[in-house]
Amino acid sequence: MSDTMQFDLVCPERLLLSVRANAVQIPGSEGNLTALPGHMPLITTLRPGILTITSSDGDQQFLVTGGFAEVGEKVTVLAEKAVPRADITQEEYNNMVADAENFYNQAQDNFVSEPGPVDEAAKMLSDLVAVGDEIGLKD
Amino acid sequence: MPSLKDLKNRIESVKNTRKITKAMQMVAAAKLRRAQEAAEAGRPYSDRFNSVIGSLAASFRDSEGAPKLLSGTGNDAVHLLVVMTAERGLCGGFNSNISKLARQHGNDLSAAGKTVKILTVGKKGRDALRRDFGEKFIGHVDLTQVKRVGYSDAQSIAQDILARFENNEFDVATLFYSKFENVVSQVPSARQIIPASYEGTDSEDNGTFHVYEPDEGAILANLLPRGVATQIFSALLENGASEQGARMSAMDNATRNAGEMIDKLTIEFNRSRQAVITNELIEIISGAEAL
Repeated sequence: MSDTMQFDLVCPERLLLSVRANAVQIPGSEGNLTALPGHMPLITTLRPGILTITSSDGDQQFLVTGGFAEVGEKVTVLAEKAVPRADITQEEYNNMVADAENFYNQAQDNFVSEPGPVDEAAKMLSDLVAVGDEIGLKD
Repeated sequence: MPSLKDLKNRIESVKNTRKITKAMQMVAAAKLRRAQEAAEAGRPYSDRFNSVIGSLAASFRDSEGAPKLLSGTGNDAVHLLVVMTAERGLCGGFNSNISKLARQHGNDLSAAGKTVKILTVGKKGRDALRRDFGEKFIGHVDLTQVKRVGYSDAQSIAQDILARFENNEFDVATLFYSKFENVVSQVPSARQIIPASYEGTDSEDNGTFHVYEPDEGAILANLLPRGVATQIFSALLENGASEQGARMSAMDNATRNAGEMIDKLTIEFNRSRQAVITNELIEIISGAEAL
């Protein structure tokens, strides 16, 4: 078994990153998980959080907002939005939080009969706030 | 017989037209390259997405608790046609081809006794369909201000559609856009997005057993709305590339036609100039002879 695996980070607009990785830490919706080479096949949805890729060039971190990850012989993360951690400014973070808040309010208006989407939007917002605390940005 | 001055003016104005169409062609070529790159870059995401959701959907399609986005509402009385066109004209048959396909589709559905609702994306489609389906419009998405379509644009369209679906405003949604084959050929196409029709891609993933976290049903319920956004996004990208391709070839034709016209007019101009000179000479000579 090799000690690296192919890792792809894809967002709708383009392929962001494609490297040989030693380990990938994924913010799954049920909790963080680290995929090492030879991990059993798994599909998980993402919550807003920090994605960490460890490769021979060191660690790379991205803020992802949602999407899903497919772990198999290679690891593919399909993120709706992914920003390198170093590039996140306070302003951009505020925009993201504002978007999430908007989305939450819209969900409250649109899905009156169903609590599911509203809860999801609320969770997304609180996750995003938690991420902000983690990387030292205030919302 | 137009005078020399008239001809000269005509030639000048056709030359100006040619300059404009030539410039538009070059702008479209540059934009086309960018649009093609964007469409190219968006492909990995939608491919991966569709293959995962395809294999998930295949196992869920017939089961009881399948989400409505996948199995449908159980009837197909109300159809939503999402017509995506450009915001600008001067791109050959691009807009009218999409509108034509949508109109035909709408007429067929009406003839079959279904209710048709229309959501337009892009000004030109709305203008083209207003006469026939004006009272069936339920919304319009304006992308005039959008320089470069991003995923967020697709997301907001998808949210609009999903909210309408949630309120039982329609049963089936179909997307009308133009598929980009190559620079000279764009194929107007229709794609059903709700209920989702994913072909079971059982090529490579077949046999691999995945662990799902959370369970398959929850993942599917999470992914299906995103799937709508993804499909809209790829349709928007394809449409963007098609529009520029269509405009480029239309403007290429226009430039060539203007060139031909200039040649013809120049010959006519030279002839009549010659005729004027000859006329003058005859007058002078006959005047001299009369003395």
